[in-house]
Amino acid sequence: MSALRIALAALALAAAFNAQAAEYGQVLADKSSLSFVSKQMGVPVEGSFRKFNVALAFDPAQPAKASAKMDVDLGSIDAGSKDANDEVVGKSWFNVKAFPTASFVSTGVKSLGGDRYEVAGKLTIKGKTQDVVAPATFKQQGGNGVFDGGFVLKRLDFAIGEGPWSDIATVANEVQIRFHIVATPRK
Amino acid sequence: MSANNYTRTAIALHWLVAALIVGTFLVGLYMHDLPLSPMKLKIYSWHKWAGVTVFLLAAVRLAWRVGHQPPDLPEGMPRWQQVAAHGLHQLLYVFMVAVPVSGWLMSSAKGFQTVWFGVLPLPDLVGKNQALGDVLQTVHMSLNFAFAFLVGVHVAAALKHHLVDRDDTLVRMLPFLAKSH
Repeated sequence: MSALRIALAALALAAAFNAQAAEYGQVLADKSSLSFVSKQMGVPVEGSFRKFNVALAFDPAQPAKASAKMDVDLGSIDAGSKDANDEVVGKSWFNVKAFPTASFVSTGVKSLGGDRYEVAGKLTIKGKTQDVVAPATFKQQGGNGVFDGGFVLKRLDFAIGEGPWSDIATVANEVQIRFHIVATPRK
Repeated sequence: MSANNYTRTAIALHWLVAALIVGTFLVGLYMHDLPLSPMKLKIYSWHKWAGVTVFLLAAVRLAWRVGHQPPDLPEGMPRWQQVAAHGLHQLLYVFMVAVPVSGWLMSSAKGFQTVWFGVLPLPDLVGKNQALGDVLQTVHMSLNFAFAFLVGVHVAAALKHHLVDRDDTLVRMLPFLAKSH
């Protein structure tokens, strides 16, 4: 009886140690999402990017060593309607012909205690680079690592929406970005 | 027994709603194939706010009618005209409600919530669904053209009473006409 208990305890410990030691790096693209909420005339409108690539290395035991890089195919945007999709790839918005990809490269990951972290990095869109800080949570779910987080992007910092579209009374400057990344441990 | 005249409130509501309906209808005709621009987003919002306002004022008018019976139809009107007049008035109220509601549902289905004057969000009764949005767009348009036709009949009937029958049907809804006589 007590032997069984010890064996179970050892197993549990081993499992916990394993989970701790795992480094998450294999991103499951079909389970991950990159979405955003813009505000038009004060009304929230949901959108998303269907294609993006994430290169990830995250070990919950060593968050300071984590790194992340994301490339977003801006042409894969769904801005909420066909009209909007046709418009935002154009010159005054993302100018996808000249700048097809947006990228985020992490410069540091900080633990905020519990399952909360803070990812700092450089975001480049339309040839303009800005520092961003995104709070995120990390949870282990069914053997996968799940990252959820977001930050507020100010579109005019990246000249997203120029000319008449720079009117922030119509389309707000603040755009809420949300990411949901599911990764498996690297084998 | 009913009064011989409309209340000032009923008259004010009638003309306010009439102006809003005509304005919102014309804006709707103008805006739908505009190229996307900040102005288009503004016009769409104004159109939606005006539509919600028509809906609410229609509700106020119906509530007002409960306590204030409208004046009788002119004496000597043939029976079929009396039936037609009542039927048309009822239909106009149905459309005053149905047209804004169809626009509201269409907005929700297309993924754009209606927020009255940018302040009061109306719940989305249907989720985002492009196919349903397209159907509701056709419904909204068809209801509008039917409504425009009925309003045309309403105006023609009022003018016929004024110019042919020479009774007070139009004047009691348009008191300043009486003074200029």
